[in-house]
Amino acid sequence: MNVAVKENKKKREQKSTDEFIKGLWKENPVFVQVLGMCPVLAVTNTSMNALAMGLATSFVLLMSNILISLLRNFIPKQVRISSYILIIATFVTVIDYVIQAISVELHKSLGAFISLIVVNCLILSRAEAFASKNTLKHSVMDALGMGIGFTFALLCLGVVREVLGSGTVFQFQILPENFQSWIIMILPAGGFFTLAFWLLFFNYLKERKAKS
Amino acid sequence: MNLPNQSIPEENGADSKKMLIAMVGIGAFCALLIVLIFEGTKERRAFLKAEALEKAIFQVIPNAKSMKPMQFIDGQLTEVDKEAKGETLYAGYNESNQLVGYAIEASGQGYADIIKVLYGYDPQKQAIVGFQVLESKETPGLGDKIEKQESFLANFISLDVTLNADKKGLANEVVTVKQGEKSNPWEIDGITGATISSRAIGDIINSSIQEIGPKISNK
Repeated sequence: MNVAVKENKKKREQKSTDEFIKGLWKENPVFVQVLGMCPVLAVTNTSMNALAMGLATSFVLLMSNILISLLRNFIPKQVRISSYILIIATFVTVIDYVIQAISVELHKSLGAFISLIVVNCLILSRAEAFASKNTLKHSVMDALGMGIGFTFALLCLGVVREVLGSGTVFQFQILPENFQSWIIMILPAGGFFTLAFWLLFFNYLKERKAKS
Repeated sequence: MNLPNQSIPEENGADSKKMLIAMVGIGAFCALLIVLIFEGTKERRAFLKAEALEKAIFQVIPNAKSMKPMQFIDGQLTEVDKEAKGETLYAGYNESNQLVGYAIEASGQGYADIIKVLYGYDPQKQAIVGFQVLESKETPGLGDKIEKQESFLANFISLDVTLNADKKGLANEVVTVKQGEKSNPWEIDGITGATISSRAIGDIINSSIQEIGPKISNK
């Protein structure tokens, strides 16, 4: 009896770590699910912007997952989407004010894209597909995994674009001063190119793993 | 036959009550949360904003040590409250409380969107003595050179905006010329690759000082 309970508990713990891990790699929101492309392309022209955007999105994702998971038996099916949007919009407004209180400059460089987190399909899809059907613990794990995976992906793009576009990383000069920066990498087109190369790379890795 | 038809409205009635409770409940909670955060960060946000503006003002008026917000009221420059609505300009004073210049906000259409700038005007010299872009969405790497390129910013260390004889406008209009072709003190040396953006800066400053310069000298 005791052994069975223990095993059951172990299994449950196993599952919650799984929920965390899957967002980082196997179901990475950007490289595998290709969700939330608007901020991925638009605000990854510097590493700092990418990091701030990733963290802001992760915060909203975590808070909305928590609340939706708690309220999952209380929200009637017919109004669930409007309830989710209401909750998500609230936390976006909250993070908007918080960023303004941290740094005016950061808020200026992220611009309209903070408010656009509301319509980031990553968050709504996690609410609908996961938080509304799972316990609080698993939802938190899922949000953390997805959030970190999203931030990681944004950083992948941001670092490459900043290095090639301005020769810096987090504004530290790393390439020689006389390096002719590729302006296209900072422009929107550079976002598409960088994303394409990362997708190619991840798909190549996946295929090689499947073969072996 | 009629039974199922009757039971549906009843069920819907119960459901809509539930829906109403859920939506109103979530709405009220969300509203409360937003108000709390708004009030909680209000002071800090206002402080940061004022700090950023102050920094910009002291940058565009060299030698300024203190400043006062001012507005034109009945054609007279009058000191106003910091939060006063309307077009505000900022008077800068040196250590001995002498007026050294005005910081004036101006905006106009750039290449991508409206550009907002702040420039320093010295009424004694009748010249523009400092310049900073407050807000712009110009193309990174091309148009945004108006914010950083030193040769361009050097135009505004002393840009001649002398008033004409009857003090109703400028003696010479501020114009942006091609890079390297500046020959008069009232011309702005443009940027190759940011032609439209640098020309927009010239236009913004010209139309702003045409209007405000005479007003200040009439004081």
